[in-house]
Amino acid sequence: MPTKRDGLGLGPQAIEQRDGLAIVTVEKQIPWSEEIPTFSIEAYQGDDMILNMGPQHPSTHGVLRVELLTDGEVVKEARPHIGYLHRNFEKHAENIDYPGIIPFTDRMDYVASMANSLTYALTIEKLMGIQVNDRVNTIRVLMAELQRIASHLLSVGTYGIDIGAFTPFLHCFRDREMVLDLFEWLCGARLLYNYNWIGGVSHDLPDGWVEKCRHFVDQFGHTIDEVDELLSFNKIFTKRTATVGILPPDLAVNYAISGPNLRGSGIKWDIRKEEPYCGYENYDFEVPIGTAEHGPIGSCWDRYYVRVIEMRESCKIILQALDRLPKGDVHEHVPKRVKPAKGEAYFRTETPRGELAYYVVSDGGLIPSRVKGRSPCFVAMSVFEEIARGEMIADMVAIIGSLDIVLGEIDR
Amino acid sequence: MTASDIQQRLEQKFPGKIKRAELEVVDLFIVVEGTAIAEICGWLRHDPGMAFDMLHCLSGADYPKEEKMEVVYHLFSLKHRHWIVLKIEVPREGAKVPTVENVWKTANWHEREVYDLYGVWFDGHSDLRRILLPDDWEGHPLKKDWEWPEEWHGIPVKPGKQMVQRVKEGEKLGVGPFD
Repeated sequence: MPTKRDGLGLGPQAIEQRDGLAIVTVEKQIPWSEEIPTFSIEAYQGDDMILNMGPQHPSTHGVLRVELLTDGEVVKEARPHIGYLHRNFEKHAENIDYPGIIPFTDRMDYVASMANSLTYALTIEKLMGIQVNDRVNTIRVLMAELQRIASHLLSVGTYGIDIGAFTPFLHCFRDREMVLDLFEWLCGARLLYNYNWIGGVSHDLPDGWVEKCRHFVDQFGHTIDEVDELLSFNKIFTKRTATVGILPPDLAVNYAISGPNLRGSGIKWDIRKEEPYCGYENYDFEVPIGTAEHGPIGSCWDRYYVRVIEMRESCKIILQALDRLPKGDVHEHVPKRVKPAKGEAYFRTETPRGELAYYVVSDGGLIPSRVKGRSPCFVAMSVFEEIARGEMIADMVAIIGSLDIVLGEIDR
Repeated sequence: MTASDIQQRLEQKFPGKIKRAELEVVDLFIVVEGTAIAEICGWLRHDPGMAFDMLHCLSGADYPKEEKMEVVYHLFSLKHRHWIVLKIEVPREGAKVPTVENVWKTANWHEREVYDLYGVWFDGHSDLRRILLPDDWEGHPLKKDWEWPEEWHGIPVKPGKQMVQRVKEGEKLGVGPFD
């Protein structure tokens, strides 16, 4: 008979005992099973109740299950269970050639595909020692920043819905549509672009695209003002978010949190500034950090508001990139055959969700020996357990939304 | 601090624990003794001259030809802004490695992932369970010699042949809707 374990963290043996129903019978013992740590029985007694949130809960932004150990309204322990969207991207990547992996990377973080494929392309370029020309670099910066705006609009809009404000979502999605239209005009796809190739990009900018993009950026400032008016400084919204989900800076560093979540904790750290790629060192922009305007530093509101300001900064970068757009051939450095020498490379960039990095090992052949995606959402989700402890059940939604996770990237 | 400086200081501090260092490649790395990894990481984290406060990535890699697996630690220091890549070599079956969860908390999930996909056991880990795959999944899929099961609880999981393979075997694949 399997050993009795308490409800949190259903191990391989415990599955059989859930609710007394024989759901799965596991006969095979996994090695070293006696060493599997069990959770303390003290944590599960008295009036405590285990509440299951997800996996199909709309506020979990995908398929995420969170097991909550609650005492009344207070969450004593929150344990995320991930893997519902696991597609084993890394195993697939070991069976296809280098350019063939790009569409797979698009599907990791499916609301910021440009940033994903850009990171992968830069990693392979680092491995092969390819230097792309200025036009490609500028176009890549343009796309990365437009993608950042689209992704943050989604994040900000749905965060409003999570808290209970529906209107800002419509404003955000109206403008996100415009960005997606620009992408569609550029490469024919609205969500999964396969745009950043190794050594270049797939299409040059079409005629008239620059003017349309400039037009979009010009009117986009008003949308951010609207979002600020409707949501950011709305009293109900700040009360709901500014005192919950506190992520102190030292904990954030200990967990290697990155991107807006780290900056929300007051640490000024942005790869675009610190380790510039694609010529980011030539652009003039600010790195916003959490201000603790309405509550302690590192609260949900700080993380949210960093994203809002980042959209303004992205607009600045886009205008500068449009002004300087040099002439050139976007396919100039695309290699005929991608066959890196034996070696390995690790490269990270600043995606809308944080530092995405790829670790690629080449054995000298046409197919990589190992591709690992270091996902910022995976790391952000691992800190959830810490910051959710002691909060109310209703605040779980606020915390998950403020971390801005995409399950496609967590589960890969 | 450059990687060669870090390597020299590591060799002074931990004589005999540093196996070799590859400093002439794209991303330089240092291979260290597997049993000493927690000790070395703890020192790298807390020494004021090193201050590697971020474990940026922890991953595994399988090399069946050389009959070894590797666990790779990408460390980064926010304070000094330097990088180092540590590697340990472990056997392909029944590997046991000391955990670095006590050094960086982020290692918790990363180690669970490596355990899940490679089967490397991390000694002293507080909660080593599968993370991405179901609890009753068999085997560790990122090992190169892992074979797809036919089904999982009645759900067929084995993929069809890759298109490249089908073409190699002489199958005619249409290129458009009318051929």
